[in-house]
Amino acid sequence: MHIVVCLKQVPDSAQIRVHPVTNTIMRQGVPTIINPYDLFALEQALQLRDQHGGEVTVLTMGPPMAEDSLRKALTFGADRAVLLTDRFFAGSDTLATSFALASAIQKISETWSAPDIVFTGKQTIDGDTAQVGPGVARRLELNQLTYVARISGIDFAERSVTVERRAEGGVQTLKTSLPCLVTMLEGTNTIRRGTMHDALRAARATVVKWSAAEAGIKDLTKCGLKGSPTVVKRVFAPTPRSERAQIVDLTGKSNEEMGEALMAEIFARSPSLESALEKMAAGY
Amino acid sequence: MSNETTAKTPAPQGGRAGMKKELSEEFKAYKHVWVFVELERGQVHPVSWELMGEGRKLADKLGVELAGVIIGAPGEASKMAAAECFAFGADVAYVAQHEALAEYRNDPFTRVFTDLVKTYKPEILLLGATTLGRDLAGSVATTLLTGLTADSTELAVDADGSLAATRPTFGGSLLCTIYTLNYRPQMATVRPRVMAMPERREGRIGRVVEVVPNLVESDIVTKVLSFLPDRESSKSNLAYADIVVAGGIGLQSAENFQLVKALAEVLGGEYGCSRPVVQKGWVPVDRQIGQTGKTIRPKLYIAAGISGAIQHRVGVEGADLILAINTDKNAPIFDFAHVGVVGDATRILPTLTRAFRARLSVNRLAS
Ligand SMILES: Cc1cc2nc3c(=O)[nH]c(=O)nc-3n(C[C@H](O)[C@H](O)[C@H](O)COP(=O)(O)OP(=O)(O)OC[C@H]3O[C@@H](n4cnc5c(N)ncnc54)[C@H](O)[C@@H]3O)c2cc1C
Ligand SMILES: Nc1ncnc2c1ncn2[C@@H]1O[C@H](COP(=O)(O)O)[C@@H](O)[C@H]1O
Repeated sequence: MHIVVCLKQVPDSAQIRVHPVTNTIMRQGVPTIINPYDLFALEQALQLRDQHGGEVTVLTMGPPMAEDSLRKALTFGADRAVLLTDRFFAGSDTLATSFALASAIQKISETWSAPDIVFTGKQTIDGDTAQVGPGVARRLELNQLTYVARISGIDFAERSVTVERRAEGGVQTLKTSLPCLVTMLEGTNTIRRGTMHDALRAARATVVKWSAAEAGIKDLTKCGLKGSPTVVKRVFAPTPRSERAQIVDLTGKSNEEMGEALMAEIFARSPSLESALEKMAAGY
Repeated sequence: MSNETTAKTPAPQGGRAGMKKELSEEFKAYKHVWVFVELERGQVHPVSWELMGEGRKLADKLGVELAGVIIGAPGEASKMAAAECFAFGADVAYVAQHEALAEYRNDPFTRVFTDLVKTYKPEILLLGATTLGRDLAGSVATTLLTGLTADSTELAVDADGSLAATRPTFGGSLLCTIYTLNYRPQMATVRPRVMAMPERREGRIGRVVEVVPNLVESDIVTKVLSFLPDRESSKSNLAYADIVVAGGIGLQSAENFQLVKALAEVLGGEYGCSRPVVQKGWVPVDRQIGQTGKTIRPKLYIAAGISGAIQHRVGVEGADLILAINTDKNAPIFDFAHVGVVGDATRILPTLTRAFRARLSVNRLAS
């Protein structure tokens, strides 16, 4: 079995700076991590490999320094890492990102073998759209399984997979055929630490680096800013609320008086709440 | 338009902002605002009506029609959903019915939806940012090769008729306004409870356009084996509750978290929490409020032992009244709460629970 996991390197902290001209995020100088949601996908992929055999390839599109995240993934036990890096990718929105990743997965198929499953995280903490997974699935015409909480079974003879998917108001059990794309929900699975063997292997491993051309991308107008139908016109900080909370002073009050005073304050500010609560109480 | 030319034109807000709308003849034909009506197991998700309210404003501003798009199994539910579309302000309802659409699956829904768009050419397409809406929106946008702004918090039409969709980014630390200038439709998703519920007007009517989807079940690879509704006990109506009491790390232990649940219960509300509380395993993840949890819009929100980080704040700002209890008088939560108490939540929560219980039981005797 061959599994590809798409993971993204994201800034770790809230130290966000915005490029004054392009209105894009400047990543220099901000510590980076693997997008936390992608670690659930990676762990699931590694577990499947451990059970069924095969290989896990991790893939990221990003600046050259994104190699750090791929190396980290290798220490956790991934077998191979591919970094898609090219200035033509700068400024990609979700449509352009899914194009680049889909192209790279195509190239991975030609170079090694076609993946049975492509994993992505549920969402990133910087882009935060949850749209790249569905975008990649669509472009590669893979069966799409989003918000997957659990892979309940894989049947290689039948080439089918059964999953539990978090839907609105319940859990859907879906069966589809391989190859498919799974966006993995956060769960109780925490990423393994990786073995000493993995660490040694990761230190010696080479991260495969592809430019757009090397990934087989011919039409550069589908990449980066040019390939992005969305345009960020304005980036700004949220406006703070003008007033701060009015602090209710409870010093010197007994427990009973405290509760009474706070309740009175709530009802004074929201008389409709008082009547609604009374109705509810009367309804018992 | 190339970037080189934009770079030379001094634009007030920078390179990208200098980009102008240049619609092809094909895209100029795209008109009207559409809202995807999320119909599942006979019920419409309320986010669809919240979007209908926003869609109405956009359509009025543009002077175009507002339509609801209903995709589902043949039957009463779709018909009723169409009537509801009109009650919430739509002029038109597109209804696509087929047995294969009884339960949501990505592939047939994407096909039916993209066919509708290609046939009727809407300029704006809005979907709820639910698990269903996000699953569908990403596929539809990619198939149509158009732009999609996820989790928008504000929608507006600017002077030249473009959709300006504002969304938080980097966990809410920044907001950005996004346009899809040269492609159609302009797509956006909005999370439940971010927009207010519009007024429902009985008796409004509109035009129903029935569409017969060209689907064959045996062509659809993905099958739904079962659907297990959330157990009544764990099914939280957090997003739509009128009263929410939430606890944070300041409660110090899972046992103390019971104090939050107790107050929520007396008030007939729901309980919620901050993200680290979920990470500690005190409370299940569906109770998390904030950027990566639920957005709430209650009449009363009580936050106990929550610092009020931006990622939490963006999920609760729609509340009518926020009461914060925190030992630190400089906690950021006091910057956006309406009423604050500087004190120990483990002591104050029980006093509130007692006061409300006494008050509400007195009333019960009196009535
Ligand atoms: C990408 C990303 C997404 C995130 N998404 C979310 C999200 O959706 N929701 C969310 O909530 N967070 C989210 N977070 C986390 C967020 O940044 C904060 O870390 C989190 O909200 C803090 O939780 P807290 O207020 O419970 O804990 P803390 O920040 O540790 O605050 C605890 C508070 O309790 C007070 N306190 C201590 N003892 C007491 C006492 N006895 N009585 C009363 N008060 C007391 C303290 O003064 C302090 O203010 C996200 C973070 C990131 C990076
Ligand atoms: N640049 C990238 N490189 C690799 N994977 C990515 C990239 N951007 C997004 N992804 C994947 O797509 C998922 C959803 O991302 P997003 O749509 O940004 O929320 C992430 O969890 C990743 O698995």
